[in-house]
Amino acid sequence: MNVRSAIHVASAAVFSATLALATLALTATPPATAADTIDPVADAKAFQKYFTTKFPKLKLEDFVNGPYSMDEGMHRQWEEKEQFPPYEFSLDMGKELFAKPFKNGKSFADCFANGGIGIRQNYPYFDEKEGKVVTLELALNRCREANGEAPFSYVKDEMAALTAYMAFTSRGKPFDIKIPNDPRALAAYQNGKQYFYTRRGQLNFSCATCHVQSPGERIRAEVLAPALGLLNAMPIYRSEWSGMGTISRRFTTCNSQIRGVPLEPQADEYRDLEYYLSYVSNGLPISGPGARP
Amino acid sequence: MASTIRVRATASGETTEVQALIQHPMDSGFVKDAKGEIIPPHFIRELTFEYDGKSVFVADWGAAVSKDPYVKFSFKGGKKGEDLKISWVDNQGQSDTTTAKIQ
Amino acid sequence: MMACAPLEILMTITDNGFSATRRLILQGVAAVALVGPGNLGFGLAPAFAAANDKYPEDAFKAKGDADAIKALYGKAAEPSDKVKLDAPEIAENGAVVPISVSTTLADVTSISFLVSENPNALAASYRIPAGTMPSVANRLKMAKTSNVIAIVEAGGKLYSATKEVKVTVGGCGG
Repeated sequence: MNVRSAIHVASAAVFSATLALATLALTATPPATAADTIDPVADAKAFQKYFTTKFPKLKLEDFVNGPYSMDEGMHRQWEEKEQFPPYEFSLDMGKELFAKPFKNGKSFADCFANGGIGIRQNYPYFDEKEGKVVTLELALNRCREANGEAPFSYVKDEMAALTAYMAFTSRGKPFDIKIPNDPRALAAYQNGKQYFYTRRGQLNFSCATCHVQSPGERIRAEVLAPALGLLNAMPIYRSEWSGMGTISRRFTTCNSQIRGVPLEPQADEYRDLEYYLSYVSNGLPISGPGARP
Repeated sequence: MASTIRVRATASGETTEVQALIQHPMDSGFVKDAKGEIIPPHFIRELTFEYDGKSVFVADWGAAVSKDPYVKFSFKGGKKGEDLKISWVDNQGQSDTTTAKIQ
Repeated sequence: MMACAPLEILMTITDNGFSATRRLILQGVAAVALVGPGNLGFGLAPAFAAANDKYPEDAFKAKGDADAIKALYGKAAEPSDKVKLDAPEIAENGAVVPISVSTTLADVTSISFLVSENPNALAASYRIPAGTMPSVANRLKMAKTSNVIAIVEAGGKLYSATKEVKVTVGGCGG
């Protein structure tokens, strides 16, 4: 899979050098007033720099392995399981499902550039006609509905298998999310960023609380993944789920776990969140499908 | 129907290394479903590997083997292009078998 | 080191080791049959056979590891540093713990894995015919922190290695 370097285990009290940036990251960002205050390019640079500074021994591409790049013991267990990974069955099912024609004779390949092969790294994208962010999961179900088929559940099973296959055909390709020079696209990006940094739920956590402030540390017994590269391994086979789950699954369950009310899969905020998180990981390779604890 | 058995058998020098991943719920009988009812035990009991008409490895499994079970072992012999036969039987009488070529 | 908010954390506890969210839909099989093929009913596996030819029914039913080993092999094992047991110190998840064993002992006929704190200690037992290497890797379920015991039957005698593996409750996820 990916090139692995020496594993850096984050120490518990590394805040001084990054405190300023972390504090900025944890407060809700001020509402965007004019388009010129939104600067995704600068954001992505600062985002990546924050993590590479925090974990100097990791290569940029290592971040896509989430908790496995944060802890040596976990890395070994993951390596052993990757020899014959648990997502193999889902991947095979995805390949079959992708090729299977709809009742009207068309197939998924007709809905995507390059027949859907090797394009995962371009999602999500901003659809200027619709004026909204379109994710891969959304595009897949829209393809089905446009061809007279019922949509799949967004969280697992067929959707996980399909996105697993499409991710697999893009393995190694760097995330290449584009934000067109369109105030609506910038607003969607900013909306996603705002969601990421806003505290919510009974536990009052933001995504950043765990994934920016505490990567490599433990929340109860789990080692936290860094936000950089967070979506590159999706969809994932989680031991905890004893099965596959999509980005939709992870967003909704994460909301539940911090005791907030999850949104519907593919709600606008989730689409914008995926847009933001993918953009700031531009340049990091797609590694999906992946395995996680 | 696609086989539940995935195999990678690689001959290298005098030995052949075999890895198998099998699609099976391996339900232990200790877990309840969403309604609060026990999901009955459903797990592979015996998994056999045969080469050249002889048994080269037999796994006797209980419910504590993980879902979608995996096993790895090696045996002396085994030539590239030859067949390896793998079969399993579970506690509910279901079974599957496949033949894989040694790479 | 806890990063959670301090008070009243009632995280959903996953049923470590045995959680399953899906199951195969059975085709009309209501009763669970625990009698395997070729099982002659109530007899114990022969105590001195080099390798049991039948599925070790009673050994899998035994609770503790000592009883399971006795049912399986009819003798006790002595610890040996020639049995190399590889298992993580902290399992990433109790449902899928990668554990392997290898040994330099000669004439190995059987290798078994036990998880002491599981409801039934015996997890897996492998028959090693002549010509097969004495080395096995598998993935086991662990209900909680427990000793993992590897047993190697070599030259008619039993040898063991033990390692404690910590299994913790998962938190919010990584």
